[in-house]
Order: sequence, then C-alpha cells, then structure tokens
Amino acid sequence: MILSNIESIPGSEISEHYGIVQGSTIRAKHIGKDFLAGLKNIVGGELHSYTELLQESRSEAIDRMVDQAEELGANAIVNIRFATSSVAAGASEILCYGTAVKINR
Amino acid sequence: MAGLLIQIGVPIGIILLGWWFGKAAEKKHYRSINEREERHAQIPVLSASWIDSDQSCQKSSLAVGSVVISVDAYKKFFAGLRKLFGGEMVSYSSLLDRARREAILRMRASAPDADGFLNCRVETSTIAGSSDGGMGTVEVMAFSTAIWLKK
Repeated sequence: MILSNIESIPGSEISEHYGIVQGSTIRAKHIGKDFLAGLKNIVGGELHSYTELLQESRSEAIDRMVDQAEELGANAIVNIRFATSSVAAGASEILCYGTAVKINR
Repeated sequence: MAGLLIQIGVPIGIILLGWWFGKAAEKKHYRSINEREERHAQIPVLSASWIDSDQSCQKSSLAVGSVVISVDAYKKFFAGLRKLFGGEMVSYSSLLDRARREAILRMRASAPDADGFLNCRVETSTIAGSSDGGMGTVEVMAFSTAIWLKK
C-alpha cells in the first residue's frame, strides 16, 4: 500500500478511484503518565509519554484506513489528511482519511 | 504568618523552578535543532505538491513526525500577565516555534534517505491536559510525502 498526501502518487498514474477511506481511534491517557505530565508542566519541555501515545494512535488509525482500502481492492491512498481533537478531558481522537485509488506502476 | 509564607512561597518557587529549568531546556533544544537543521539542509522540504526536476520519481511514501510539548510555569505566568495588556506572547511563540521545527526534523528523520519531501503540512492541536483549559500542552504534527528519485 502506497500512501501519499498529494493528489497523486509521484511517478505513477491513477487508473481507478474507490472513494474516501478513513480510520480513527480514541485513546485515553494513563493516569500515572498524566500525573507525570502535570509535573512536567512546571519545568516545560517535551512530554515523551504523550508523543509516544499519539504516535501509536496515529499508526493505529493509519492501519485501519489501510485495511479499509485493501478491502476495496485499492493499492494506494492519496490525499491523506489527519485531524486530532480532544473529545473528552483526558482523551483524544485521531482521525485520518484519504482517497483509495488503484495505480499503474 | 507561616501559612501566608507557604501560600505565596510555593507558587513563586514553582515559577522560579520553571524559569531555571525551562530556560536551560530551551537553550539546549535550540542548539540541537539548529545543529540538525544544518545537517539536513540540502534535502528540500516543500509545501508544494510537485518538484521541478528532470529525474522521475521512483518511490514515495508518507512521512510523519510529531511532538507534544508543554509550557513551563514561568512562561505561563508571564503569558497570563500579558493577557491583561494584550500584545504578542513572545514566550509562547518561541515554544511553538521549537515544537514545529522539531516536528519537521522528526518527519525528515522518519525517511532519512529520501531525496525530498513534498506537500509538507503542519498541524497544531491543543490536547487535553491543561487543567484550566488554557494553553498547557500542544501537539504539533508535520506530515508530507517523501520521494526517492531515479538515479
């Protein structure tokens, strides 16, 4: 599966469109990690536990999107977009969506 | 009397702690960002979705980099004061600048042998974590399409 956030896959041509595919996940934070992050708010800097958490959720969302595209018989996804929103205190949703296509190599 | 001292002393202590550690961390981070940006300077990152080149593209893939960063107590305090008078919040802009550049560097690092990055987009979102609902923790994500040209 080739992923791209451009409207096409560079170096190949699109032969078929399958429409929009999407994947999303909602993750909550570990209370211990949240506490440590609260302490980190005093001295500032990167919150590694959160970075990791969001990266994990993002790859989960991408995997779900890819699964959907595979079911449709696509071999690439173009025009991928991401969106993050906090749905509830301590939880955030990661959404990723794109257009499933078939390309000729 | 002792109670009053604690009531005033603890927040001031936290702000001083934030000032001391936050400043040191920012300096160190900027040094590391500048050093890494210089090392990668010859590989282009474009916000356009095409590249002007006579070589054709051999391979492409999605590259993502993200960072979650929080503001320190000192910056938060002075940003709070700034809210009374208006104007640019310098302490926050340096924080977001650091986060964005770091996210782009991580995106580059996720495809270290790529010849270029097309259609780079940067997104900033506040994530839940700040108790007062203000700016406490922000996530910055950079994503683009990494391309490899035919040699």
